[in-house]
Amino acid sequence: MELNGAEIVVQCLKDEGVEYLFGYPGGAVLHIYDALFKQDAVKHILVRHEQGATHAADGYARSTGQPGVALVTSGPGATNAVTGIATAYMDSIPLVVLSGQVPTPVIGSDAFQEADIVGITRPCVKHNFLVKDVHKLAETIKKAFYIATTGRPGPVLVDIPKDVTSPAIKIPYEYPKTVTLRSYNPAVKGHRWQIRKAVDLLLEARRPMIYAGGGVILGNASAVLTDFTRLLGFPITNTLMGLGGYPGTDQQFVGMLGMHGTYEANMAMHECDVLLAIGARFDDRVTGKISEFCPRAKIIHIDVDPASISKTVRVDIPIVGQVGPVLEDMIEMIRSSTKVPDPKALSDWWTQIARWRGIDCLRYDGNSSIIKPQYVIEQLYEATAGAAFVTSDVGQHQMWTAQFYKFDQPRRWINSGGLGTMGFGLPAAIGVKLAHPESEVVCVTGEASIVMCIQELSTALQYMTPIKIVNLNNRYMGMVRQWQEFNYESRYSHSYLATLPDFVKLAESFGHVGMRIEKPSEVRAALEAAFELSDRTVFLDFITDSTENVYPMIEAGKGHHDMRLSPCSSVERELA
Amino acid sequence: MRHIISILIENESGALSRVAGLFSARGYNIESLSVAPTEDASLSRMTLVTSGSDEIIEQITKQLNKLIEVVKLIDISESAHIERELMMLKARVTGAAREEIKRLADIFRGNIIDVTPSTYVIELTGEKSKLDAFIQAVDERAIIEVVRSGTTGILRGDKGLRL
Repeated sequence: MELNGAEIVVQCLKDEGVEYLFGYPGGAVLHIYDALFKQDAVKHILVRHEQGATHAADGYARSTGQPGVALVTSGPGATNAVTGIATAYMDSIPLVVLSGQVPTPVIGSDAFQEADIVGITRPCVKHNFLVKDVHKLAETIKKAFYIATTGRPGPVLVDIPKDVTSPAIKIPYEYPKTVTLRSYNPAVKGHRWQIRKAVDLLLEARRPMIYAGGGVILGNASAVLTDFTRLLGFPITNTLMGLGGYPGTDQQFVGMLGMHGTYEANMAMHECDVLLAIGARFDDRVTGKISEFCPRAKIIHIDVDPASISKTVRVDIPIVGQVGPVLEDMIEMIRSSTKVPDPKALSDWWTQIARWRGIDCLRYDGNSSIIKPQYVIEQLYEATAGAAFVTSDVGQHQMWTAQFYKFDQPRRWINSGGLGTMGFGLPAAIGVKLAHPESEVVCVTGEASIVMCIQELSTALQYMTPIKIVNLNNRYMGMVRQWQEFNYESRYSHSYLATLPDFVKLAESFGHVGMRIEKPSEVRAALEAAFELSDRTVFLDFITDSTENVYPMIEAGKGHHDMRLSPCSSVERELA
Repeated sequence: MRHIISILIENESGALSRVAGLFSARGYNIESLSVAPTEDASLSRMTLVTSGSDEIIEQITKQLNKLIEVVKLIDISESAHIERELMMLKARVTGAAREEIKRLADIFRGNIIDVTPSTYVIELTGEKSKLDAFIQAVDERAIIEVVRSGTTGILRGDKGLRL
């Protein structure tokens, strides 16, 4: 088969089994767009801003486990994609981003729409390539997919100058079946001796704790983690990225940990004597003050990325390997061991945890006449029977969703955890809906975040991706407002949005349905009405209490035991 | 503590900037960096001198290993090794100073590789401390310029950094 460069790009995507390509045309990628026009195997989704392309591809990837693919033009097209690339990088999401570049002879001459995107993205990609020779195109795209999806996943950018995709040059095409890189061999199985040591330590634990992160989801290891945790009967917490990696409604689950984690999860971290970290990276929002992190614990850490181990917190037993295979080895060793965890110690530990649970740290004022944001999420959880795919933007609404929507399955909770990218939720929801047309897809957002990528409402109409947007509208950048209240004596510097659009009319002008909900009594009915409109995108604008804060909160620089609790929680019960 | 990290890296454009970018992005020190192709033209060998606590050096080596183009690396300062740096020093020398600086160069086993009526270029190879000592020994006012290659190093004995 003889193909030109543009046809090679498209054929490579077909050979990779790419279903959707999220993109936006421009000068440097016109040859590729012409090749796309002549086929229909790879479905192109025209976004309205390149940031939306990368976020939509990211949402697709997070919800399916398959790599997301985006196509952008050179210069501003590529720089607009950077936020989405960095978002995927921080959360280890497999993306392949194809960017157009000016023709090779003019690279470096400050040509029209030229940007050194390989240089710009270098610190926020797993790897990137500039393809200067059409003969290297197929091989490079193969490498890009291989690198993006193996080991610790991440985004890979392939920069393709316009002349490399020229229709004038046809060459024999064959997509490489395999790829070997002498410098890249990610680990799979963990070291058997290390695993043995870890198992011995776990079986001797008196106050054990499992702390599982996004690596469990990325490694498709939720089922094995669940078996493992139930086998041991230990308490487990998930990070923000790990939610759904262990069933959120299970008795052994003590909630999310970290800055806005539950009281019981954070206290159990503080008091545990053996901590097993699984596919988690000891992020600062999780650890709080490093010197006070798990002060009494021996720490075991399983991670596919050796650089994640002992990066911020020194661990006692490092295990480099994929989470799934390592946990399988552990299960086998536990089953064949004559030792079992001390039942008395474990039962005392659970009694202690039950006492911490008793303070009811997430309780909020249920009698308010103003809509409480937590109430909306609780109602959303019930209305969807906990089975929806939920994307979010960044801020208070994100934390409330993490706290109140109990994810029982992996890949249902789609949010920007590491980079904290406002504007992520809507385009991500479009990517999720394309991948899961039969499932409910909800974007929980706030009035500040949603406008950052609001243009994608057009994309949602064009491709008929009926999503439900739950806008918790408190007129403030809520998390900024909360920090200003706590740390800046309520000086709300530029966090109030004095001019907001009429979101109902805005939704309607984009061809969708808009609803405004102002009373708690209307919340459930509005949600149900929105889900009834199964073929429409519905924008639900909930007017919520602007003074509500996210609790518990570990303020920056404090330890896990040093939480600020909601005035509604029953601290007195703990003291008694 | 000072560490010398030897790296075999794919000889591709952009590879060097990935290493340099990693150090600036993560706030690690680079004391010196030298790089050139090896006997295998597809590989470059880089010698990087850095400093930091054991934890930081561990992170540096892990992060370097994570770069796709890094094939192999070793911290040679953890084993018996030899390190060398090349320096060329141009000095303004007239009258009696010409003889004096020649003697000094001889003491340090340096070579005078360029001579004009008023200048010498002295070539000197050795460990960093030897080159520092030579600069100290030369009259500061006489120095026109100094150029140093940065440290390179190799393990003693039969071990080596190769594929």
